Amino acid sequence: MKRLGWLKSVFFFVVIVIVLALCWEGYKLLASEDGQFLAGTAQVKSGNERAPGPLCAGMGLCEIKLPIRADNRSMPPIKNMIATIFEPPRRGSDEILFTILLRASLFTLREAITGFLLGAGAGFLLGVAFAHSGLLERGLLPYVVASQTVPLLAIAPMVVIWLGGNWMSVAVIAAYLTFFPVTINTLRGLRSPQPTALELMHSYAATKWDILWKLRVPAAMPYIFTALKVAATASVVGAIIGELPSGIADGLGRIILNFNQYYATGPERLWAGIIFASLTGMTFFVIVTLLEKFFVRHQPADAV
Amino acid sequence: MSDTMERYLAPVIILVIILIAWEGLVATLQIEQFLLPRPTIILSNLFQVVHLSPADTTATDEELQNALKGNQLVVTIPAKASPHLTEALTSAAIIRLPWFNSSLLLLQGKNLSPILQAAWYTLKEALGGFIIGCGAGIVVALVTSRWVGTREALMPFAIAANSMPIIAFAPIANNWFGIDNPFSKMFIVAIMVFFPVMINLVRGLTQVDANSLELMRSYAAGDFEIIRKLRIPNALPYLFNGLKIAAALSMIGAVVGEYFGGPRIALGVFITQEAALFRFSSAWAAIIIACMMGITLYLIIILLERLAMPWHVSFR
Amino acid sequence: MTNLAVSIKSLHKIFNQGSNNQVHALKDIDLDIAPNEFVSLIGPSGCGKSTLLRVVGDLVSSSSGQVLVNNKSAHQARLDRDYGMVFQSATLYDWRTVAKNVQLPLELMNYAKDKKEARTREMLKLVELQDFHNHYPWQLSGGMQQRVSIARALAFEPSILLMDEPFGALDEMTRERLNLELLSIWEKTKTTVIFVTHSITEAVFLSTRVIVMSARPGRITQDITIDLPQPRNTDTRENVRFFQLETQVREALRESERMSV
Repeated sequence: MKRLGWLKSVFFFVVIVIVLALCWEGYKLLASEDGQFLAGTAQVKSGNERAPGPLCAGMGLCEIKLPIRADNRSMPPIKNMIATIFEPPRRGSDEILFTILLRASLFTLREAITGFLLGAGAGFLLGVAFAHSGLLERGLLPYVVASQTVPLLAIAPMVVIWLGGNWMSVAVIAAYLTFFPVTINTLRGLRSPQPTALELMHSYAATKWDILWKLRVPAAMPYIFTALKVAATASVVGAIIGELPSGIADGLGRIILNFNQYYATGPERLWAGIIFASLTGMTFFVIVTLLEKFFVRHQPADAV
Repeated sequence: MSDTMERYLAPVIILVIILIAWEGLVATLQIEQFLLPRPTIILSNLFQVVHLSPADTTATDEELQNALKGNQLVVTIPAKASPHLTEALTSAAIIRLPWFNSSLLLLQGKNLSPILQAAWYTLKEALGGFIIGCGAGIVVALVTSRWVGTREALMPFAIAANSMPIIAFAPIANNWFGIDNPFSKMFIVAIMVFFPVMINLVRGLTQVDANSLELMRSYAAGDFEIIRKLRIPNALPYLFNGLKIAAALSMIGAVVGEYFGGPRIALGVFITQEAALFRFSSAWAAIIIACMMGITLYLIIILLERLAMPWHVSFR
Repeated sequence: MTNLAVSIKSLHKIFNQGSNNQVHALKDIDLDIAPNEFVSLIGPSGCGKSTLLRVVGDLVSSSSGQVLVNNKSAHQARLDRDYGMVFQSATLYDWRTVAKNVQLPLELMNYAKDKKEARTREMLKLVELQDFHNHYPWQLSGGMQQRVSIARALAFEPSILLMDEPFGALDEMTRERLNLELLSIWEKTKTTVIFVTHSITEAVFLSTRVIVMSARPGRITQDITIDLPQPRNTDTRENVRFFQLETQVREALRESERMSV
């Protein structure tokens, strides 16, 4: 039964990817040659003459402008995206884009996982501290919330200078985005046991440490894992953002920035980079979801 | 009473401690300005102190206004300011510090206008994206929660899509809508906020107490009435959780989107340019303004939450 | 056609029919309830008494058999708003004040504004909560919340009150007080009551009839008429006949438990 459920989600995922791809190509089919207008409504030019499109017969100039241009520059055909993955992007090198992107993805994933571990650890500790001290919670929680409104791009260069321009500094930036959801949900989860469950522990004269590990943390696990799933995504976002201004050339962030600069000559390459970034985020998300299946067997309804 | 005092006092005291520690550490460790300027330097970049001495009573209102326009640090004015003068002072964005009565100490805005202009521009992008994304999220959630089949097919995909680093799409949005078109940033913000709002709202609409549903059915209530009188009020706490996440994300999304290119008047562009020109205190001032706007958005959502659901557990 | 409030004939309810975790929840139920009767359903857990209540209320569909309520189908009776439901948890809506909670069914039934408010005042007076109009549910004790939910159930004068262990979560003192209150309301409103309970004392004290059920499969084993004088009050609990009837119900329950093993 369980394996079937797993296959079902993979199946749905594939179906939705195919549907999206069909929509993409379908949208391009709908467009006129230059990609600006709905096919058949664009003006037909012959020499200096301009005539309304065939669909507009008798209605004058009724060009319907598409919200997004459908030309190959704005929306490269999917077959081009796939083809470009298996071509070397640089002259004078045999390495195909696929291996470059895969290596960059793994590099970014390593930064993300390190940042995730740092951030989740820090977030958990903060959550525990807040759960035990109302004063700390009231004093610091507003700043924990405020910390997430700092535009990371702005502080990333400083972190890179502090820690040296290596991948560890990017991991720290990723950790900065990761710790927040973990702190909030750890706090909620540690506070979730019923008063009676706490009284039971008190009746055994259990120490705070015992109550934490035997009652509060197990009760908080579903909440924490919900946050870890959010954090997994956040850490990949953090790693990509962290790479942008820090001059680290090996990860996805830099690749996206590079391909962005050469978008005019090779839009497929940027798309390929974005697809790999998305796959990296999803991979990490799936890893954490599998860990959750393994570690959390009970799930209160309000843990989400 | 003392409880509320403590609730508001604790964060304020900690803010003061943080500021003093920041100032002290940067000064004693001699951290380079480009790494982290001291708070006083950042502040002095936004405001300047204008000291007005009552000794010299010769300056006319007109002279004073000219002095203020010229950003002179020290001007002299009559001890008793005329109403006309007071008006001039307020229009110059001056904060009056009233506890000095022998002499007047004034805070005058300085270099504020380019930052505020950029902030306003970016805030509009963030708000536009917030409204589009949250609106779409709410509509999609209401529609899909109506049909169980659609929801079960879509939810795993929504959750998977939520695990994509949307920010990677920023260059594409710039290309689609034009780098200087604010809609390119709104698009990114809208996609970023869409998923948390939608996923939270769907959860709130569907996780309804079984007895509450039976009660409605025993009254032979229609689907629309169940949605209006039970599912929507039940979903409000979930919706506001989504909106809070969206509020924090929308400012970040707009600023980061601008990193991939945008008009010169945008805040993200302003920050990168100032940093590139080694004007770090100005860059930091802009960062702080960006944070403040993010926090303000967040606080507005909290305020709306309190107004919309005064019954809720967390406000007891 | 006889004038019965509820008429059930050879009713069966099977959950997950055809699958390997099939449960025969109700088997061959026959039950007639006259208007203005107070009928309690009692039995071991899993005997289907709550399911029976929900089949009568058209919240759960039957697998076979016939359920007539006021001489029409249970479904039609629900559409005609013949039912007032009270659950074990008060099931008040957190976002509505006490008065607004009582008004919920009246809103759904499009009562005029002044009638709605008059009716709410009347009902809150009936359950002695007139001073708590604008309180939110969380500001009330468990017993008070349950009284609000009774006021809500009675607000639109339903002909049948369906109560699913309404006082099960309350302490003994509160429960006894609410028992008396419920009886006086029943005398005033003349509704038919179907009452699911675990408590023998409560069943005997409140009811005109106690239906004893047994589990696996759920069926009716005994139908005991409670011939205690009306109106009942605290003295009733000290009546010798009260103890005799209690013993009778207890033995019937014991027997039904033996049958289900």
